[in-house]
Amino acid sequence: MKVTFPHMGHMWICLSAMLEYLGVEVVVPPPTSKRTLTLGARHAPEFACLPLKLNLGNFIEAAERGADTILMAGGCGPCRFGYYAQVEHAILEDLGYNYRLVVMEPPQKHVGELLSKIKYITGHSSWWEVIRGIRFGYQKARMVDELERRAHYLRPRESHRGSTDKAFKRALQEIIAVKHPRDLPQAGERVRRIMAGVAIRPRPVLRVGIVGEIFTLLEPFANHDLERRLGYLGVQTDRSIYLSEWVNDHLFLGLVRGLRSRKEACRAAPPYLNHFVGGHGQETVGSTVMYARQGYDGVIQLLPFTCMPEIVAHSVLPGLSTGLGIPTLTITVDEQSGEAGLVTRLEAFIDLLARKKGVV
Amino acid sequence: MKGYLGIDVGSVSTNLVFMDENGEIREAIYLRTRGQPIFALQEGLRQLAERLPANTIVRGVGTTGSGRYLAGIIAGADVVKNEITSHAVAASTLVPGVQTILEIGGQDSKIIILRNGVVTDFAMNTVCAAGTGSFLDQQAARLNIPIEEFGKLALKSTVPVRIAGRCAVFAESDMIHKQQMGYSLPDILAGLCEALVRNYLNNVGKGKEILPPVVFQGGVAANAGMRRAFEQALGLEVHVPPHYNVMGAVGAALLAREKMAGGGTSRFRGFGVAKTRFKAGGFECENCPNLCEVVEITREGEVIARWGDRCGRWSNSLGYQENAV
Ligand code: SF4
Repeated sequence: MKVTFPHMGHMWICLSAMLEYLGVEVVVPPPTSKRTLTLGARHAPEFACLPLKLNLGNFIEAAERGADTILMAGGCGPCRFGYYAQVEHAILEDLGYNYRLVVMEPPQKHVGELLSKIKYITGHSSWWEVIRGIRFGYQKARMVDELERRAHYLRPRESHRGSTDKAFKRALQEIIAVKHPRDLPQAGERVRRIMAGVAIRPRPVLRVGIVGEIFTLLEPFANHDLERRLGYLGVQTDRSIYLSEWVNDHLFLGLVRGLRSRKEACRAAPPYLNHFVGGHGQETVGSTVMYARQGYDGVIQLLPFTCMPEIVAHSVLPGLSTGLGIPTLTITVDEQSGEAGLVTRLEAFIDLLARKKGVV
Repeated sequence: MKGYLGIDVGSVSTNLVFMDENGEIREAIYLRTRGQPIFALQEGLRQLAERLPANTIVRGVGTTGSGRYLAGIIAGADVVKNEITSHAVAASTLVPGVQTILEIGGQDSKIIILRNGVVTDFAMNTVCAAGTGSFLDQQAARLNIPIEEFGKLALKSTVPVRIAGRCAVFAESDMIHKQQMGYSLPDILAGLCEALVRNYLNNVGKGKEILPPVVFQGGVAANAGMRRAFEQALGLEVHVPPHYNVMGAVGAALLAREKMAGGGTSRFRGFGVAKTRFKAGGFECENCPNLCEVVEITREGEVIARWGDRCGRWSNSLGYQENAV
């Protein structure tokens, strides 16, 4: 069995860590690229959203490298994502790929459901080992998130353009290279040291929160490297959901304490949006409210074209924006998205924030 | 004479203005880009140099438009700004207190909302409201009326015909249909203006609070029929500023003045660049599956700028750092 999974930002690092620790052979799809998109868009229904197209492209490219089993998350509610695993599998079958499919549905009440799915893949591992494997992967997720947060802080302040990204790449390699949980603390030390080596100079920066649909938030290919671009424009960003938070909310049922969770975001959403609308729609609204309260300069909402929950959230944002006095910008992405238009909108939005704040 | 140069390189037109130190626009040049932005820019600089007195000193240069980076490199800009900011700065300087800017050019439509002199919101065309300017040109050509006459004729209408304006294809076939039914030309033209305004307000202006004073700018603002249609749809007076079709360049000049107010020397390369050989080339990088189309600008055969790569492999190799706001 050679297991693959779709790309979503750096998720592959923790998934491979967990599976390889448990002795499963993993085939990581090549990094999502234009080719991935071309392959996916060619075989997907046109009105499916970008995540489905990119997933499909990932699977086709992983098959070229010998993968035969797909590990994928499921979902429920009014968002289509819940049946993406099945639809993608069916399309792949029609194309003649012989993939086995394992769907990790979000557990309804008990984490045991998740454990048994993972145990199914690993076969011979003991329960104890499975738990250790999950923990290992999760620790890596926490480290990667920490690293990303650091990069968000450094990029707008770096003395030499590109030095943060260079350090980030090196630090990421340190995390990837760790094969056993006992080596994680030292790797953490090395990562911190690498990032501390980035020279910065003090200057006024803007703070922008990024909210929206999880896949477009986490996958830089899908969002045209939004965070990096903003960093270069002098903006420190915060993402409303990081991978470890998402995993904790959706797969661990909030088992890990002390993390930011979707519950707070949902509590902050009323009166602008009072109920669940599928996907992360309510969190998008709630997080925007929270960013406004925390004094952020602006919020950017990201969504794939035709994403229903985010469209609902989008329609709520103008009222919220006036009500709380926080500028918002919505960016919709799909395979047609052009770069020039995106850059102009981003620059204009950042100008707007800078002039408002008087830091031109 | 001393002053500031504003350059707006768009996909349809390339505009240059020279603004003196009092903020007076002394020269304005409007050229078609015709897919050759470098050539259009050099031609514009050449014409400008001819018209300006020999002792002119350029104290600052600003560029804007979709070709802003390219123009910034060729001319040596002190400030490179996006078109929304430039248009907003220009309108709020020429029409103090403006709260809404309607901007329709050849290919782009946008709306900019200002409150207390600061941009608070904006939107750019979704696919359907793009190309309003080009569409009006086409229809004028099809009906065999000079585009300058279009507005005047539309104003003669008393009962505009309702045209289905959701998209250009529908609009054209509906116009042909209405012509065949015998409606008068002015009524059809006025109807078309109303349809395009409806389309703009539904697509670009959706959800925005349009408060007066309203400024209407961009090439299409020349069309009096469009202006009247906006006034009727909004129930507000609509101002068309004197330099309505070069507002991007005016804004760029104003931004250059703002930037240079603290002193310093301009990076302007001089009007002589009109004679320098620049070339925009490009190649597809085959180093990874992204296959980025890398743009490369050469001056007299030497590469001076590159962009378009996702990974920084090419743009960082020159130490090119122009894209900071
Ligand atoms: S420029 Fe970089 S990202 Fe683009 S194709 Fe070449 S190697 Fe890949």
